[in-house]
Amino acid sequence: MKSALTTAVAAPTTFDAEAFERFLETRTEPDWVTQRRREAFAEYLTHLSVPDPAEEYRRVELRFLRPEKFAIAETGADPQSFAGGMRDDQGFGGRAVHADGASAHVELSDELKEAGAVFGCLTDLVNTHGDLLEPYLMTKGVDAGADRFAAWHGAFWTGGTVLYVPRNVTLEKPLHSLIGLSGEGCCDLSHTLVILEDGANAALLEETTSQGDGAGLHVGAVELFVGDGANLRYAQLQNWNTNTLHFAHQCGRVGRDGLLQWTVGGLGSKLAHVHQDVHLDGRGARGEVNGVTFSTGRQNLSYYTQQSHNAPDTDSDLLYKTVLRDKSKVVWRGMIKVEEVAQRTDGYQRCDSLMLSDEARSDSIPGLEIEADDVRCTHGATTGRVDEEQLFYCRSRGLMESEAMHMIVAGFFEKVLDRVNVEPVRAALAAATERKLGIGD
Amino acid sequence: MSTLQITDLHVSVGDTPILRGVNLTLNSSEVHALMGPNGSGKSTLAYALAGHPGYTVTQGSVQLDGEEIIELEADQRARKGLYLAFQYPVTIPGVKVADFLRHAVSNVRNPDRKEGGDLISMREYRRELYERMDELSVDRAFARRYLNEGFSGGEKKRMEILQMAMLRPRFAFLDETDSGLDTDAVNVVSEGVAKLAEEQKMGVLIITHHDRLLHYNTPDHTHVMLGGKIVESGGAELAAELYTDGYAGVRDRHPEVAAEADARKAAEPELAGVA
Ligand SMILES: Nc1ncnc2c1ncn2[C@@H]1O[C@H](COP(=O)(O)OP(=O)(O)OP(=O)(O)O)[C@@H](O)[C@H]1O
Ligand SMILES: [Mg+2]
Repeated sequence: MKSALTTAVAAPTTFDAEAFERFLETRTEPDWVTQRRREAFAEYLTHLSVPDPAEEYRRVELRFLRPEKFAIAETGADPQSFAGGMRDDQGFGGRAVHADGASAHVELSDELKEAGAVFGCLTDLVNTHGDLLEPYLMTKGVDAGADRFAAWHGAFWTGGTVLYVPRNVTLEKPLHSLIGLSGEGCCDLSHTLVILEDGANAALLEETTSQGDGAGLHVGAVELFVGDGANLRYAQLQNWNTNTLHFAHQCGRVGRDGLLQWTVGGLGSKLAHVHQDVHLDGRGARGEVNGVTFSTGRQNLSYYTQQSHNAPDTDSDLLYKTVLRDKSKVVWRGMIKVEEVAQRTDGYQRCDSLMLSDEARSDSIPGLEIEADDVRCTHGATTGRVDEEQLFYCRSRGLMESEAMHMIVAGFFEKVLDRVNVEPVRAALAAATERKLGIGD
Repeated sequence: MSTLQITDLHVSVGDTPILRGVNLTLNSSEVHALMGPNGSGKSTLAYALAGHPGYTVTQGSVQLDGEEIIELEADQRARKGLYLAFQYPVTIPGVKVADFLRHAVSNVRNPDRKEGGDLISMREYRRELYERMDELSVDRAFARRYLNEGFSGGEKKRMEILQMAMLRPRFAFLDETDSGLDTDAVNVVSEGVAKLAEEQKMGVLIITHHDRLLHYNTPDHTHVMLGGKIVESGGAELAAELYTDGYAGVRDRHPEVAAEADARKAAEPELAGVA
């Protein structure tokens, strides 16, 4: 093959070998962390020369990505200066804020500390809780070798929220995590890591936000480990400004009889690509994925979701609802994979799209790969427009056009929001929807 | 006292003229029956009055107390007190009856309300909603159901009347509200309509093929539509005659219009019987 001699593509100056060494100097980290970063950096250089996985990135407009325009900052904006849709909710048991991938602020209630929960920033915790994190950090969840973005993240991750909950401990109150970018050229490579030991129960609600309109960059990763019989509710509402670029590798693994309820909100960013994996590793494990996206203007959002059934009697249920306006584009590519051992699997995936304009474009591509023979897997995708008769019906009852649209869109989301049984997330999504429709503040 | 005056109304759907000069005047508290064979244009008139954007008024006028309303959007007409009970009510998936109707009521009772403006108080609203539901024998559980989603034909029709009772319009157009209702429901709905006509002095145009609604709401006037025109008007006895004898008599008395209507149907077979 000719490509064996392909010349290496030069790394962007802000993320090349020199920049990497300078970045390492700013970090105080145990050797195993540095070692993993170096391996990931080598992967990164390799991946720069090979195309990104064709199927997954085919419809992602990567031409918008100019990595050299972004650099990791040594100091970030004041974490307290960020507002988020859920920020003011009073019911949280702890909060973490990460600003510009450089500064962080963490609070945890005494109650949760006493329960043995660990909650903080990855930058600190690799030093204080290295033994706890080493087995998990980019070993069995997100693989730095997967593609350019995973490797990039593996080499340069900047921090991020860590939550650890000991065996059989239930955290009654959800925890809040906010990731903020303060302006043009800022970047965040945060890593969210959640470890629930067997029988633990917790909720982590995360959101991303921008200050102003400056273009930022996020190259993130999320790793969720749900032990046997544990229950994790995790939500991430991506709500950057519409100039920001968002790339993320996200992976959840669920043990025997465990339950992961995962909500994904895609509201902001100019270009986003999220690779979301749910692995049902233990017998009886269940994964529920809820996706809500609302794109406007020229936003381009892309999701690649995979539900992997690796054990018998596992259930997965994925429902994405996407609303598109203006000239926006949304791509959803879903895959249910059933291993040979995973008999009596019940897999479901569905993506419904509602188009509010003729110029928007939605591509939904479900897929199945089934090795076992005793399974039930269903998938579906629908695309529709706001029906003129529905609109007229609403208006004939005195609802003005925008209000009628709002009702219809809210109704469209209702089914998935109904499954998101976490009130702050519901409320934040509803408020964001209103803003997107040009109502509210 | 309010008056809704329809003068020489011509309405087209796309390029196809459907109504060809309708004249009709409704006053507060009056009950008018509008009858006529399938495809004669009854629903078209109702849609045009309610302001459906697909029904274009090409000629004529509709005045509410002297004010031309043809240029008004459907929601503005609703806020002025017009109400259409749909022949085929539309499903709004995921929208709860109570939420939908609370917005509708807030707008109609406070016509200047903008989106995001105050809604009618929840307590007051809920009490009133439950009262009306009880009166119309609509199970309170319907308040939390999604609007018309999975409703039976009769349940949808009752929901139309419940909405009307909450919105308290000045003029209501009931498009075949009685079809699909069982006998009990017809009685309940009839009483509901009669009550509003009396208490709110609502004027009502009842489009029907039956005499069931008219039993309780004796029409002051009956109109017969044929080929997009009102060809005859009379009193309650006309409705009774049409109900028992059908439209043969009307056709005989208006052979030209009947022939025209038949010719148009034959020329555009794809339109025939669509409604
Ligand atoms: N949206 C439309 N597109 C095409 N044709 C239409 C449309 N609406 C009405 N028509 C045509 O206009 C004519 C009148 O229809 P309309 O629904 O008003 O009749 P109707 O008197 O209500 O009949 P029915 O008693 O069956 O309800 C019919 O020929 C119908 O096919
Ligand atoms: Mg009709």
